[in-house]
Amino acid sequence: MPEQYESEGVISSAGTGGAMDLAVTEAETLERTPGGPEGTGPAGKPRSLWSDAWRDLRRNPVFILSGLVILFLVVISIWPSLIASGNPLKCDLAKAQEGSQPGHPFGYDGQGCDVYTRTVYGTRVSISVGVLATLGVALLGSILGGLAGFFGGGWDSLTSRITDIFFAIPVVLGGLVLLSVVTSNTIWPVVGFIVLLGWTQVYRIARGSVITAKQNDYVQAARALGASNSRILLRHITPNAVAPVIVVATIALGTYIALEATLSYLGVGLKPPTVSWGIDISAASPYIRNAPHMLLWPAGALAVTVLAFIMLGDAVRDALDPKLR
Amino acid sequence: MALLLEVRDLQVEFRTRDGVAKAVNGVNYSVDAGETLAVLGESGSGKSVSAQAVMGILDVPPGKITGGEILFQGRDLLKLKEDERRKVRGAEMAMIFQDALSSLNPVLSVGDQLGEMFVVHRGMSKKDARNKAVELMDRVRIPAAGERVRDYPHQFSGGMRQRIMIAMALALEPALIIADEPTTALDVTVQAQVMDLLAELQREYNMGLILITHDLGVVADVADKIAVMYAGRIVESAPVHDIYKAPAHPYTRGLLESIPRLDQKGEELYAIKGLPPNLMNIPPGCAFNPRCPMAQDVCRTDVPPLYEVDGQGSVRRSACHFWRECLNG
Repeated sequence: MPEQYESEGVISSAGTGGAMDLAVTEAETLERTPGGPEGTGPAGKPRSLWSDAWRDLRRNPVFILSGLVILFLVVISIWPSLIASGNPLKCDLAKAQEGSQPGHPFGYDGQGCDVYTRTVYGTRVSISVGVLATLGVALLGSILGGLAGFFGGGWDSLTSRITDIFFAIPVVLGGLVLLSVVTSNTIWPVVGFIVLLGWTQVYRIARGSVITAKQNDYVQAARALGASNSRILLRHITPNAVAPVIVVATIALGTYIALEATLSYLGVGLKPPTVSWGIDISAASPYIRNAPHMLLWPAGALAVTVLAFIMLGDAVRDALDPKLR
Repeated sequence: MALLLEVRDLQVEFRTRDGVAKAVNGVNYSVDAGETLAVLGESGSGKSVSAQAVMGILDVPPGKITGGEILFQGRDLLKLKEDERRKVRGAEMAMIFQDALSSLNPVLSVGDQLGEMFVVHRGMSKKDARNKAVELMDRVRIPAAGERVRDYPHQFSGGMRQRIMIAMALALEPALIIADEPTTALDVTVQAQVMDLLAELQREYNMGLILITHDLGVVADVADKIAVMYAGRIVESAPVHDIYKAPAHPYTRGLLESIPRLDQKGEELYAIKGLPPNLMNIPPGCAFNPRCPMAQDVCRTDVPPLYEVDGQGSVRRSACHFWRECLNG
């Protein structure tokens, strides 16, 4: 029994049962003796919020499941040929709308292209758009929002009014208007559009959580002990304000993937020959009654991807709250 | 003894939407090295605000220091630039806050927070700072400091957390410590332990200590002298035993009489009638006059100066026109 807990590290004092507590105490006393006044644990590393969060996450089945799904998606978006040997652009009209058959488990789409290959290749676009848009949104939103929350005053008023303006723009309508004039056939206009309309969400979260964190007594205490503004912002406020931003960003990543699919479905996002789930869903939707497989596979892949990111966001939120430990 | 801190005619206002609140109206006090000054007063009397002004951590705006001098080791802190001021904070004067749980950053281990003092002010490496943190935790008698240095604030008990706050304040051996109700959030037995520890460390380092409190029991044990505040003003200041023996201000007398005593069992507890004044609208004359049992007409018109009680050059002062009558009961 004790070996099992020794590996968990010393400070698992939040044990759930009596027997477990005993085992932990034993392990503690065993390890305390050689520990000495060095201030480092058996692992030799100081603990931090992030290492503790990581320890929690490793034990959370939701995180493991969503993490594995996302890892899988990332790998096949980089190397789609690992699991799909065909060419997503090689189509045979004679086989249009045919169902599952050996070597082509998902069947063929309306143009006679292999649905399996196209679904696999579509991952790349979805993941790229999601990750790039989220990075852009998170950076822009949290920097502007964090500074607005910390310094307040004129800068805060100005940027907050700007976010109000952006909030007033309906996403789909804005997409139809702005993206319909774009002729580029890359993912950048879509990413740019999502960042443009999405940063305000992170801005508000970041601003709010910085304002909340700023009012805490420990910020005043840090100031009383001589910490500078930048130190207070980076070391005392950011770690206490970043968790909601990470959570919102992770969940938003899923919704950005769905938004890309929506825009592509409406014909203003990505355009053929780019391979994207949204494009395939759009192409398949008129045939949902005769050939549902054409719609179900890319739509299923989209749903699983969005769900995985949202579940990951949830798990990360739980792990980043030290009070839940 | 060497004069460490002298606050002269300090005035602080808060400018709010509803008007100007005069939180501190000409406060004077001084602390010598190794001496303990207790600043006593009820909520809103300006005791914490004047301490924040001394530390330089007043929220500006809405707060504003509108006058006075804060002489610390001969320098006027109010004339220093912000980055010079910052070097004083933590290193030469430090503060202990009331609620250690909310005054410690919940996402940093206590070792990180203790070590930060050495990183910020002494430019130490993280590893050296951590060793220093363990040393400090030992010094404030936290058991198994080497292990617990990696724990987070919420994993400590209230008394232990307050010890950590004390350790942080003491880290760089400052000349002056301001403790803002350091034991209010603790239960009585732990209060005594924490106060003993603080007093012992103060003696060891010969620090000046400003103890802000409303707990007269704590004051009697540790303070050398007392300054009683009311409505942003010192109403009485004196060596601790003089005040307990015979208060020279009716407000102080009221405070002393409202302490529950064991031999008073069954009797109604005395309370000063009325409420502290609204700081946006302090009554003319003596601010205490509407609540004062001894008030006369002159109290409603003339602001009493700080009279020297016990004759010329006395350290004992009272801001009451009738301090003689009060002193004689």
